[in-house]
Amino acid sequence: MWLFFHKLASPPYFYALAGRLIPWFGSICLLLTVVGLYLGFFVAPPDYQQGEAYRIIYVHAPSAWMSMFIYVVMAVCGAIVLIWRMKLAEVMAVASAPIGAGFTFLSLASGSLWGKPMWGAWWVWDARLTSQLILLFLYLGFMALYSAIEDRRIAARAASLLAVVGVINIPIIHFSVKWWNTLHQGPTVTRLDAPAIDLSMLIPLLLMFLAFKFYYATAVLIRARHELLLRERATAWVRKLLERAGA
Amino acid sequence: MSPRQKRRLAGVLVVLIGLSAASALALNAFRDNLMFFYSPTEVMEGKAPPDHLIRIGGLVADNSFREMGEDLTVRFVITDTAENVPVEYTGVLPDLFREGQGVVAHGRLGSDGLFRAERVLAKHDENYMAPEVAEALEAAGYTGHTGDGGDYDR
Repeated sequence: MWLFFHKLASPPYFYALAGRLIPWFGSICLLLTVVGLYLGFFVAPPDYQQGEAYRIIYVHAPSAWMSMFIYVVMAVCGAIVLIWRMKLAEVMAVASAPIGAGFTFLSLASGSLWGKPMWGAWWVWDARLTSQLILLFLYLGFMALYSAIEDRRIAARAASLLAVVGVINIPIIHFSVKWWNTLHQGPTVTRLDAPAIDLSMLIPLLLMFLAFKFYYATAVLIRARHELLLRERATAWVRKLLERAGA
Repeated sequence: MSPRQKRRLAGVLVVLIGLSAASALALNAFRDNLMFFYSPTEVMEGKAPPDHLIRIGGLVADNSFREMGEDLTVRFVITDTAENVPVEYTGVLPDLFREGQGVVAHGRLGSDGLFRAERVLAKHDENYMAPEVAEALEAAGYTGHTGDGGDYDR
């Protein structure tokens, strides 16, 4: 077990392993997206109140979940960077941030499109929407801080501290609809009592959730490989790789 | 772990615990300001400031919806099942607006007890089902699942 982690932490091993995993993760993501969207848009019934408009949930809810999941990944990587100074954790945190920011933006934009016809407003300053907006700023702040400092390793440490500090926002986002009166509705899927969503609607939702997970896995590995090559361009293993590619 | 790493681990934990405590205290102190709306009970208890723009949230009471004339003016009652607030509004209502539905009205409470709304938002609930299922539930007399906009009893 520990041996595997030590091997994983070595850049050339990670680079090769990620290269082998990317096509698999990418194809699984594509398959899940096609099946999930088909079931969600054409097979699942319309909602009893919202009609067809509820179908935005198949993009909105998975991207909102992913925006929080990726932040937690980034914060855990950040803690590893701060404590163990592990290079690969730096690379993973840096590679995750733009993807997480993208999902956060997608959740805000899709929610806004849905909010206008359903609530009657594009945007309201309730606790859920506001805390999600803060999450977007945390991602952007992480990226800005990282690129503001020239030395990559010092930059990663500074940005990691921001990631760890910002993780406090994640439980606030999650519980905002329970702690305060909000316009945003409460949780549907993670409720423990009676199911609040039809099974025929839930299955495509979960498929889309998995599809987004695999999209993240694919995208973060591609970005992490690029970041690794860039940082390690002076080392022997990258030179060997280049020679082999050139030959 | 080396002593340095242990020290850093302790540092990260202290930062996290301190931040959690600080934000818990801060959020608790601002609790009332973070509420998006008042319930009718809170309004009747005088918790909402009079003559200020406030939001009232609750369910649209059954059989309370009246159209007042040609100019899109409507009246209805917002209830949390304990207290009622009559509301007057002129304008276009959102798609989800109907009796039994959760709504949030933004406006001022007059001294005559009538709430004059400048804006009405519909609050969606967390239930998703097919129209046939909703009809079947209603036919069976099971209304606990429909039209419940969440916690208005607070």
